[in-house]
Amino acid sequence: MRTGTFWLVLIAVGIVLLVLSRALVLNEYFYFAAYVVLQYIVLSTAWNILGGYTGYTNFGTAAFFALGAYTAVVLHKTTAVPLPLMIVAGGAVSGIVGLGMGYLTLRLRGVFFAIATLAMAIVVQTLIVNWDYVGGSRGIYIIRPQQAPLVGSYIQYLYSLMLIMAVLSVGIARTIERSRLGLGFAAIRDDEQAAEAGGVPTLRLKLIATTLSGAMMGMAGAPLPYYVTYLDPASSFNLAYAVNSVAMPVIGGMTSWIGPVIGAVLLGTIQQIATVTISSALNLLIVGLLLIFFVIIAPNGIVGLVQELRRLGEGGRRAKAPAPNVKAKAG
Amino acid sequence: MFVSLDLLLNAIVAGLLLGGFYAAVTLGITISFGMLDIANIAQPAFILLGSYAAYTLNSNWGIDPILVGVAMLPVFFVIGMAVYRLYYYAFERRGEQAIQGLAFFFGLLFVGEVSLVLVFGVDYRFVEASYIGPSLHFWTIDLPLRMLIPCLVSLLMVALLQVYLTHSFIGRAILAVSQDGLALQLMAASPIRIKQIAFGISTATCALAGTFLIIIQPVEPSIGRDYIGRIFAICVLGGMTSFPGMVAAAMLIGIVESITATFYGPSWAPAVAFGFLLITLAVRPAGLLGR
Repeated sequence: MRTGTFWLVLIAVGIVLLVLSRALVLNEYFYFAAYVVLQYIVLSTAWNILGGYTGYTNFGTAAFFALGAYTAVVLHKTTAVPLPLMIVAGGAVSGIVGLGMGYLTLRLRGVFFAIATLAMAIVVQTLIVNWDYVGGSRGIYIIRPQQAPLVGSYIQYLYSLMLIMAVLSVGIARTIERSRLGLGFAAIRDDEQAAEAGGVPTLRLKLIATTLSGAMMGMAGAPLPYYVTYLDPASSFNLAYAVNSVAMPVIGGMTSWIGPVIGAVLLGTIQQIATVTISSALNLLIVGLLLIFFVIIAPNGIVGLVQELRRLGEGGRRAKAPAPNVKAKAG
Repeated sequence: MFVSLDLLLNAIVAGLLLGGFYAAVTLGITISFGMLDIANIAQPAFILLGSYAAYTLNSNWGIDPILVGVAMLPVFFVIGMAVYRLYYYAFERRGEQAIQGLAFFFGLLFVGEVSLVLVFGVDYRFVEASYIGPSLHFWTIDLPLRMLIPCLVSLLMVALLQVYLTHSFIGRAILAVSQDGLALQLMAASPIRIKQIAFGISTATCALAGTFLIIIQPVEPSIGRDYIGRIFAICVLGGMTSFPGMVAAAMLIGIVESITATFYGPSWAPAVAFGFLLITLAVRPAGLLGR
């Protein structure tokens, strides 16, 4: 599918989802649950742009996410800008931090980079804990506006915004995947030194990846204060965000845009169901166990499994009637 | 700001004691990450497991926590060997250590933390022993036994392991595998077996490190996260494979954290280790006493 066509289909899917849920779903809880799943689509897609395409593991998702949320808090306290502007601002702040993280890749690769991002999340959390203006460690209450700008309740408004962000991020991921940029990312992932020697501007590409990935995470975090109405560092910097944004692409498949989406929808829905029916601590255990299970059994995720099955099926058919171009392909 | 000598001296001594404890916490990472090249970021989960083992036995039967730690060494050794087996078959053999291996340990860290929450809840737990509470006084300096005893036992553990590594056959084989696994194979020794034993030892140190942790401060399941940045910072700063370097780095970070906590407030202390990690990686990746 051409990139332009893909965007059209994606936007159409988004509009259909929006209209259908507005028309059919009256239960408010649906929007609360769907918001979280959509938020994870954005987070895992953002993580995958750096982790899956470029091969740099980021364990600091929570930091970017929470920075977006706290940017919204600051704007909420100082000005009265509408939420979409806060989202843009949250994306900008997290994007700048992402750019800084990109410069880390100059010296840190592989494991060292991953540990640095994990430690960076703790440092950002320390800064927020010590910043009294945004509530410090006590947290802060945010009063949700009574009226949503469009028809419907405020949670429906949040849901619609998150749906738009999910559509945008999936579209961006797929566009990157099929562009020269995506080829460059893949070259860095496979062998950074060879890519550099081959004339790929590795530093510039890595900076694009970290900035974009960070900005998308920040945008996903900006509506959070209005969603939870009470924001504190312990919950907004929760390790669960980092684990989920790693687990979802790993489980879905890291090489393609559809992987994080599958992972987010699957894991996000399981977690929502488990939270309601069992307990919220147990649903995190499920995520952890699934992550370990998939990373051992199916390192290429669900997408990888499907590809393998399809290859096996094709191989079976070829064995019966060998196609003439097999040799050419092998050579 | 007026800096009183008393306060400064006490902060430095407290930092040295803290550093001794940090050495015990980092010991396992120096073996697994420094020597075996396995980025075991689930280390804090094992340490907390040690803390809760000490808590369970101490609160039910009143057994001394350090004794529990020593008794748990073989149990943790076996757990560590099992984890390495799994890691080897799932990742190392396929040559997929990078992202998948990291994600594996990350998942393990998370599963460990959540399991502890499910079993023990999120309340702070602590142990009771005769040496928790009293402290020695020299001139103006306080030496709380609660810090002093973990520090001394920890330094003893590091020293014993150092002797073991340099003087026993298996110990020297571990050092050899950290330098060149292929060459070891040519000498007709199996690097996998040696690595399995080494990883077992690295996990076993968590049994003691965990009891030190719960002696020094009350423990809840998510506390382990704060240690990830710290232990890797100490390991890198100490030169990855050297025990003396590790102890020096642990003392240094202990002192800086203690001074930060005394003069700026304890909520700033976690940021210190990361600052050190970044500066080390940028300026001197070989660490303090690295080759």
